[in-house]
Amino acid sequence: MTVHPPLLWPAYKSTLLRAPSKAPVPLQLSVSELTGPTFSDRPVEAHESDLTRQGAIGERLIVHGVLRDDTGRPIPHSVIEVWQTNAAGRYANRADQHPAPLDPNFTGVGRCVTDAQGHYRFQTIRPGAYPWRNHDNAWRPAHIHFSLFGRAFTQRLITQMYFPGDPLFDQDPVLNSVRDPAARQRLISAFDLSATEPEWALAYRFDIVLGGQSATPMEP
Amino acid sequence: MTPSQTIGPFFTHALPYPEGPLVVPLSQPHSFWVRGKVFDGVNAPVPDALIESWQVTDEFSGFGRCPTDEEGNWALHTVKAPYLVLSVFARGLLNRVVTRIYFPDQEQLNATDPVLATLDDTARATLLARAADDGYTFDIHLQGEHETTFFAL
Repeated sequence: MTVHPPLLWPAYKSTLLRAPSKAPVPLQLSVSELTGPTFSDRPVEAHESDLTRQGAIGERLIVHGVLRDDTGRPIPHSVIEVWQTNAAGRYANRADQHPAPLDPNFTGVGRCVTDAQGHYRFQTIRPGAYPWRNHDNAWRPAHIHFSLFGRAFTQRLITQMYFPGDPLFDQDPVLNSVRDPAARQRLISAFDLSATEPEWALAYRFDIVLGGQSATPMEP
Repeated sequence: MTPSQTIGPFFTHALPYPEGPLVVPLSQPHSFWVRGKVFDGVNAPVPDALIESWQVTDEFSGFGRCPTDEEGNWALHTVKAPYLVLSVFARGLLNRVVTRIYFPDQEQLNATDPVLATLDDTARATLLARAADDGYTFDIHLQGEHETTFFAL
């Protein structure tokens, strides 16, 4: 069984009119699916991994981990995009009308590239929980959105990272759309004392595994 | 494997970038626009989707990204390939859906395409762009009578 959520998940109401009703057609993969963009024309700058660089308000955090494929191989030199709310639970997005304060020094948007060992690292602040209108008194647990490319179109993934012990997990249909409890647990980061920066920032570890084939690199 | 989660409604300040829709520059010879709309199961436009394209030939590979606007419109400026592969992300999609865009004037290529060959006429028709003034039109129906053919990778 796939680890991914079903597209139709009635507890998350927005799926009702958007989930395709037909089963997806198995695809004979071609070079177009087995390769993917490298963003050499849009290089990531070092400061983009520090979401606190303008002096954001909130509990400062290091978020880091290793990006791997489903054979366990690290994926080096791969772009990761993240976005999140500010400490008060509001996105720096005009469509977000939650009446929580905006932080003029925090966009909540960052990018980085995995190093030669597949490791990535962001500095940010802890995002806030926020209400939404999915069901009565619905709140999203604090999360960071991750966008991953891996090596190939097959590996493209957008997901959300959560924080351990959040009391909002049980009522959140987005997290619980992942039916396998072990897979659900993989969306929850782990407090990582070893990566904290003393007198500066706490740290959480979030390792990511991308499914899907990629083209075998040519042997020299 | 790490499970997918929805892109949610609040990504437009984070993921789109000005050159995103330009797979190739506007000045590129033989370039054109592919424009489309995203619809839900009751034919309402989807104003919070993100379209990403990828295409590969021996000469060129290119990535495109465009969010839908309030009327569900998206557009990518590109060049021909046998087909474009497409990801659609949106609020209400717990995982992306994947499809391909084929061009109606590449009859020879389409006739020998192994993926098109496996589809019935209705399913195949949803993957063919239509000619337009400045390129092509390709609408995406997430659900319903005109549902686009989506692929499992």
